[in-house]
Amino acid sequence: MRDPGYYDYLPYDGTRPVITWPGGARVAFWIAPNIEFYEIAPPVNPQRRAWPRPDPDVLNYAYRDYGNRVGFERMFEAMQRYGIRGSTSLNVAMCDHCPEIIEQCAAAGWEFYSHGTYNTRFTLGMDPDQERALIRDSIETIRDRTGQKLDGWLAPALSYTENTLDLVAEMGLSYVCDLFHDDQPTPLRVRSGKLVSIPYSLEMNDVIAYNVNLLTPRRYGEVLRRQFDRLYREGERSGTVMCIPLHPYLVGRPHRIAAFEEALAHIAGHDGVWFATGREIAAHFTANHYDAFVQASHPVGEAS
Amino acid sequence: MTLDPGYLRYPRRRYGMDHDLYRWSMLRQRPAVTWPGGAKVALLIVPVLEWFPLDMANKPFAPPGAMSTAYPDLRHYTLRDYGNRVGIFRILDELARRGLKATAAINAAVALRYPALIGAIGRAGCEVMAHGRDMAHLHYGGMDREAERDLIETTLDQLERATGQRPRGWMSPAKSQSWATPDLLQAAGVTYCCDWDNDDLPYRMTTGTGDLVALPLSPDSEDQAIVIRDHHSEDAFAQELCDQFDLLNAEAVRTGSARLMSITLHPWVTGQPYRIGALAAALDHILASPDVWSASGTEIVEAWQTQVPPG
Repeated sequence: MRDPGYYDYLPYDGTRPVITWPGGARVAFWIAPNIEFYEIAPPVNPQRRAWPRPDPDVLNYAYRDYGNRVGFERMFEAMQRYGIRGSTSLNVAMCDHCPEIIEQCAAAGWEFYSHGTYNTRFTLGMDPDQERALIRDSIETIRDRTGQKLDGWLAPALSYTENTLDLVAEMGLSYVCDLFHDDQPTPLRVRSGKLVSIPYSLEMNDVIAYNVNLLTPRRYGEVLRRQFDRLYREGERSGTVMCIPLHPYLVGRPHRIAAFEEALAHIAGHDGVWFATGREIAAHFTANHYDAFVQASHPVGEAS
Repeated sequence: MTLDPGYLRYPRRRYGMDHDLYRWSMLRQRPAVTWPGGAKVALLIVPVLEWFPLDMANKPFAPPGAMSTAYPDLRHYTLRDYGNRVGIFRILDELARRGLKATAAINAAVALRYPALIGAIGRAGCEVMAHGRDMAHLHYGGMDREAERDLIETTLDQLERATGQRPRGWMSPAKSQSWATPDLLQAAGVTYCCDWDNDDLPYRMTTGTGDLVALPLSPDSEDQAIVIRDHHSEDAFAQELCDQFDLLNAEAVRTGSARLMSITLHPWVTGQPYRIGALAAALDHILASPDVWSASGTEIVEAWQTQVPPG
């Protein structure tokens, strides 16, 4: 296919249906910590290598392992100081490997949504039944280990098939974080079920900020504050969404956590911010704005 | 399309790590550690002395700093050499002014090629850590176990003969290991290794027989990564070092458990005239705190081992 066809065109030009968030908030703000497990010697996917070096890739494995051993606690404490719940983007095998972290998130009232089983098992090349088995693993593991219903999906290591979104909708999930086309939620066209895209953001993601855009920690803090300030201003007219996707192995480093926490202080210092989880944003949008957004959208034309 | 059914099986899905090289634990759950004199942060400074052979093969991968243009890559060869001829002496000077200890990670080839440099390292009172044979001899998964055993023992012997010290610490070139490296290091009498950067305190590897301690060197305070790879200015790097120290120090006070801060310095990077001042400024900031313990790798490992017995 040349276009995935998940959504129609809807310009951000002031004519969209107005989004109202609970309490009249301007911005629905959410934090999505990616709680991940990378295997040291995963089976090989024909389309993508897990590690750049031969197994064991000590440098890259240990770099990420720091997140669970050390970085998670720093990130968690910073969020706790501002009373902000996380929506964990969870490699569900973490429930087996590091249950201490899962229990800590659950006790703090965090949401668990799925980021696949391991961040080293890609959906690339899976047939639909294999991908269903992957999604079912997440539904059952999160239900059995946390008591929560799985509502959201972020594909493991952002790996997809043409079926991914249809399958998560078919299996009863209500939102995905994989699409980066908007600052407001979007109804998605899927074969069955009802699915919305919730803004997640690549550029606010600490992996992109630190390992692709190579920001300094203080510059990352500035980026977060500026992103918030603009979305807050625009949210006076119609509600916006801001997400900070995080990885404990990056944001939780000792030279970085203070800059992140200063950005949180800035955001938490504003009235009119709805500190929500992914599930709450998706449910509110679906109940109140889904139909109006569908009706306001323009069909996409055919390019020759 | 379909994948091999094995791609959805998880034989190592279990409590803890998916390997047997060390045990899973969270820093916050471990018993508190203290340093001599009640210091909060142990400061480990690691200058790295490397030799990149002009004809290096870059197999099975190119280590950071490798030759990268068409042969002969004189520009990178000589810039790396700048560190051993010039840059290291600026670093040693800034450390000596402040009475700071250092643990130099040295390719055995550097010790053989530049005895005068090794003399200066000795006069500066540096501990010698083994850093493999040279940057062309990588340890990697799939290499022959006996060949690796020979590589490790030859490296340690050559460094001992050249420096008068049997290295107790080891850092593999490019921090790359095979599955056997920890066992082979322990069998060769190495006490600690610096390849696993996953913690802010030492911890134990689970090697076959004896005790091998992992002494993590932070990837955030390594000049080549931050300044060359990530293109941060020297001032930004210095700021990051200060922020790192301040956070670790505050965390040690708050939790009652000490922390480790490492600074890894490649002399061809930090030893440049325009960069050395930023390192000096960061060191001054760190040393303004009364809670710093400047220590060698062996001193840190021994202080830790006495508090955290094996088993």
